[in-house]
This record gives sequence, structure tokens and C-alpha cells, in this order.
Amino acid sequence: MLIENKPGALARVVGLFHQRGYNIESLNVGPVFDGTYSRMTVTTRGSENEVEQITKQINKIIDVIKVADFTEGEHHEYEFILIKFNKLKLTIKIQKILKPLGGKVLEKNTKVIVMSASGSSSDVEAAIKAIGKANLLEVVRSGSLGLHEGEKVLTI
Amino acid sequence: MKLSGGDLLMRALKDEGVKLIFGYPGGAALHIYDAIFRQKALQHILVRHEQGATHAADGYSRATGKPGVALVTSGPGATNAITGLATAYMDSIPLIVISGQVQSHLIGTDSFQETDMIGISRPIVKHSFMVQDAEDIPRIIQEAFYIATSGRPGPVVIDIPKDKTDPSKLYQYKRMKQVTLRSYKPKVVPHPGQIKKASKNLLSAERPVIYAGGGVILGDAHKELIALNKILKAPVTNTLMGLGAYPAADKYFMGMLGMHGTYQANMAMHNADVILAIGARFDDRITNTPSLFAPKAHIIHIDVDPASISKIINADIPIVGQVKESLAALIKEIKRSKLKIDSDALDSWNAQIASWRKTHGLNHDLYLQKTKSKMIIPQVVVQELYHATKGNAYVTSDVGQHQMFVAQYYHFNKPRRWINSGGLGTMGFGLPAAMGVKLAYPKQEVVCVTGEGSIQMCIQELSTCLQYNLPIKIININNEALGMVRQWQDMNYGGRYSASTYADSLPDFVKLAESYGHVGMKVTKQSELRQTLDKAFAMTDRLVFIDIYVDPDEHVYPMLVAPNGSLQDMWITKNKKA
Repeated sequence: MLIENKPGALARVVGLFHQRGYNIESLNVGPVFDGTYSRMTVTTRGSENEVEQITKQINKIIDVIKVADFTEGEHHEYEFILIKFNKLKLTIKIQKILKPLGGKVLEKNTKVIVMSASGSSSDVEAAIKAIGKANLLEVVRSGSLGLHEGEKVLTI
Repeated sequence: MKLSGGDLLMRALKDEGVKLIFGYPGGAALHIYDAIFRQKALQHILVRHEQGATHAADGYSRATGKPGVALVTSGPGATNAITGLATAYMDSIPLIVISGQVQSHLIGTDSFQETDMIGISRPIVKHSFMVQDAEDIPRIIQEAFYIATSGRPGPVVIDIPKDKTDPSKLYQYKRMKQVTLRSYKPKVVPHPGQIKKASKNLLSAERPVIYAGGGVILGDAHKELIALNKILKAPVTNTLMGLGAYPAADKYFMGMLGMHGTYQANMAMHNADVILAIGARFDDRITNTPSLFAPKAHIIHIDVDPASISKIINADIPIVGQVKESLAALIKEIKRSKLKIDSDALDSWNAQIASWRKTHGLNHDLYLQKTKSKMIIPQVVVQELYHATKGNAYVTSDVGQHQMFVAQYYHFNKPRRWINSGGLGTMGFGLPAAMGVKLAYPKQEVVCVTGEGSIQMCIQELSTCLQYNLPIKIININNEALGMVRQWQDMNYGGRYSASTYADSLPDFVKLAESYGHVGMKVTKQSELRQTLDKAFAMTDRLVFIDIYVDPDEHVYPMLVAPNGSLQDMWITKNKKA
């Protein structure tokens, strides 16, 4: 969705999910273009009717300029992650797991390694699982980013 | 000429056509109050509690169709306004609440009388503004009024830090020719294809029902509704919020539907083949169990708010649009159509409804009968009130049994005459709402029907009524118990009256009214009821508090069977299901 870049606008969207009993699985937001508005991608789960109702309710928020449900058509879905680990002997194994996700080493020294990677949320999820929770000090996920396939655009 | 933030506010409100502000001063609002002192266009009404201010502004709005304005200070002033905001939000009332806030540099420091008004009110407002720059005040006021009154109306909060109304800082007053917001486009034209489908559906219906809600009143579409049914000749039911949208005296009117709706209205909904829902939202008090709702009906739903459509009950023909424009388009389409209504089918359908009315319909002549009970029954109070006021009064109510009795027995023939808190069900609403109505229409009869429970929730406003000379008539239907709670306890909790009685500790309402400088009257016998009402209504320049003791065992019927019931499952009396 596109929302006015105004104080409290984000809180109105997030608050609505809670008020209406919906759940946010992931959330990403940041100003785009002229900075007067932000683009926000929210991942939520529900039946077709529920998602339609969520979309309608979001649309009612005065600060929301536009909303689209990406699952209605073909779309790109992407997520960015950062990880930190200190079991240096696992480096090769982890690099191998993250290779299809464009894994990149951002910091490497005698104590820790920090890497970045990106891919669909399910691929990212699977990679983290393959590495194993116990082998990781930290994981940061950006939340899904969405974009329509083809010429269709979400813009003001 | 340059103006301070406080003066900008006054000027902007005046330019919106505001005549009255209901409020209560306090530290963070003092610059604004000083600006009020400097001008003459707006009258300020000093209430006794901020809840009263919001309900009074809300009542003013419901009666006039114009936005109501309340002004409160920060902290407790703001939190006291919350119930009034939620009340207005649930019934889609254009209420503007202006709250003072602590100075900008103190925000977030837990300073004296600081509270996050924007945060607290967020889920119960249509929108809210925090003033960042004083010179934005005129723009924000214009936007706030535009948002509050357009589309599906609703309350808007404007939070103003004290430094933004500093009298020593001056700004140019600017007014926009027109408000445009890129993120808010409330004007929607009903889809012609949908109108065509609806017309065809309605004209071929054999058992149609028109189910009209508060949206018809808010959208000033009652004339269109009447015109539509001149052609369709369908039975009509109104929701609690819709009473008055269709004239109660009309032969096609079935009364209210839902939890305490009439037998014929609920039966007609359950058996309908086409339901035309207009400005109504299929609230849980209307549908009973949604999966059992109107199983045979094809549903046409007109609403300005797309989120209200197919939220609870799926609409077969959704029409998103202003109710007035949509009905006008529908009438035009129906007149143009080659199809004509099926008169034979409609005659037998209307006959069926008449027969339902005969078997279990409400008895509107109870007041003529000799009662077996020694005590007055509450339904008779409402019937006598109807006759005493010739059905012309503006009636506000609180919440509970008395509210349902008014909805059932006071026949509203005009919109905006019935003023009650339907969605939120706010006790304490009635008296302050009546003040708002009386200030809007000083020459009209304004009655607050209440109970001894509800009236005590905002009784302090009797003092406001004296200060501004508001000769409201208060009908206190006194059963010495929280009647609706007691009714549920009778029906579902084996008559265990947990925390619903207080007979030994009720005030003497006659003395209470007198101590506030008003007239108090007490009635205990039915034989005295009519003459007391006549005496009270003859005192046109005095507020009269009429304390009427009624039978505490009376229940409101019909009552839908819940849970797991449909609209045809009703208690008709204490021991009889229909």
C-alpha cells in the first residue's frame, strides 16, 4: 500500500490489524520517490473474504492512498536477510546454503561472520532452517517486499 | 490582519458555519478559551463533564445534520471525551472534538495533564490531526469538517498543543476554496450495471423487504426511500438507527427489526425472497446467527462504505454509493424498466405480513386498557408520551429497556427525531444529547426518555440545563433496577440479580430536580400518568423531571432467541416462543 508519510500514519495501519483481529506476519515500510508518501508491504493470512475485508478496511484509513492485494495476480515477492554467526567452521556450509540466495559476506574476522542474502520468503525461511537456529547468533528479516509482474504498477 | 492560533481556530470554525461549541476549560485549552472570549460568532456552552460536551455536540448533529463541535482540555478532559467519540464513531456521526494538548516541548515527558489523545482515540475516530504548525490550523479545520461530513460520516479529533495557540504569535488566515486530499475520495457514483440488476431483481420479487438503516437518515435520503416504495409497495422495516427514515404511519411499515424488532418485521426478513438493504450494516442485533439469516433471500446492499458490504452477510448485488444518489438512480431505472411489479404476489405477501402482525404484533392500545397490574407498565408510559406530544417531539434516550420501548411504541414519522446511542449503547447519552437538540431547536418539544440507571450517568448536566435555560422534559422510567440486565438475568441466569438492583439507595429524583432549580414530579399510579404528563408539557419554560415508577417485572418482547437462533426464533412473552 501507499500511505501518506505523516506522523501517525503507520500506527493507523498497524492499529487497524489489531482492532479488527487480523494478524501481521511481516511488515516493511519506507518513503519512496518524493518522500511525501511511503510504500508499505504487509504479509497477512486469511480466507479470500477476510483478505477482502482487510483491504477494504485499510482503504478507509484517510492516510492510505492506495492498496493492492498482490495475491490476486502474478507478482514478485522478495525478502532480504542479515545473519551473524560465530561457528567459523560452518562458514563453507552456510555459504553453500545461501549461494542460491545471493549470499554475500559483509564482515569476516576471527570472531564472527556477517552475511546477507535475499529471496522469496519461503526460500529465506527454508535457508534459515537448513542452517539451524543453534548455529546463528542473530537473524534480521526485512519482511516481504512485493511488486506486480508485468506492466501493472502501484503508484499515485 | 494577522491572528493568533486561538483566533485562527475561532475564525475557521465560524467559516465552517459553527454556531455552538460544547466544552469545558482547562490549562492546555486556556489560550483557546481566551480567543472564545474575544469573539461573538460562536456561543460556548459550558457543560459539567466532558462526556456531556461530546454527547451534546453529537445530539446537536443528529438532530440538525450539521457537525457538532466539542472542546476539551488535555489529559482528563481528553479521556473524558473518549466515550462520546466512540458513541459517535459507532453511529457514524460527524463530531469534531478539539482537545488542548500540553506544550510541544513537554510532549512525551509525562508532564502535568498530558495524555496521548491521538493514540487513545485512534481506533474510534474517522481521522485525527495533531497541530504541528499554528498556521495550519485553518487548513486542518477545513479538512476535519470535510472528512467528518463526507462519505460515511464520523468523528474527527484535532489535538492542539498549547504553544500553537499562543496569543503573542500571529499568522495570516487562509481559507482554501475547496478541500482535496489525494488519499480520500469519498464521492462514488453507483455502478449503472448494478442499479439495472437491482431494479430487475426488485421488480420480479414476490416477497421483497426493504431494510433501511441509519444511513438513510445520515444521507438525507428519506424522500427517495418513500418515493421508491410508492412504486415497489414492499413492506419496510427500519433498524434502531433508521427509525424515522420511513414514516411509521405508512401502511407498508412493519416497525423495527432485530433483537427487539416486531414479529412481522423479523418474520418478513426471514421469509423474504429479495432484501433491499439501504444504509444498514447487518449488525449482530439484526442478523441473529448470520449463517441462519434470511435463508431464501437474494440480497441487494446499498452503502457508501464498501467495507460494510459483504462484511457479515454476503451481498448478491452490492451497490457502493451515496444512498441518496443510488436510490434516485434506482427509481429512474425502475421507471424506465418494462418490467412491472407483481401486484398479485405483493398483495398476498402484504396479507401474510398483516396476519403476522395480527397474531403477535405489538399492542399499541395498551394505554386504553384497564391494567391488571397495580403498577404502571413502561410500554404505557411511552404510548401516553406519544399522545401527549402528538408524535412530534424530538426524543432522545439512554440505553436499556426504556430505549427499546420508545423504539417500539413511539411512532417516528420524520427522520432525525429519534436520537439514541445504537451502536455503542452508551448509558448517559440521553440528557446531554437532549441539550444539544434543544439548543438547535429551542421552539421544539425535546424529551429525554431515560431510566433511573442511565440518568445517573450524566445527571450533572441538569446544572447546564439551568444555566442555559433548556426546558427539556425528562421521562424517567423508574423500575428501581437495571432493567435490561435484569431481563437477561431473568431469562438466562435463573433470576439471580447480580449487581442489578439498588432500590434502597436511589435518590429522591423530585428533590434532586428541585435542587438543580427545576421542577420534579412523581407518578406511581396509571390514573395519574396522563394528567401529570399534560401538566409537565404545559410548563413550556421549565425543565420538568417526571419520575415514573413502573413494574420492574416487565420485559421487552419480542426478543430473539440467542445463541444459535434465526430471525424467526423469538420469545413473544416470558414463557412463549413463536
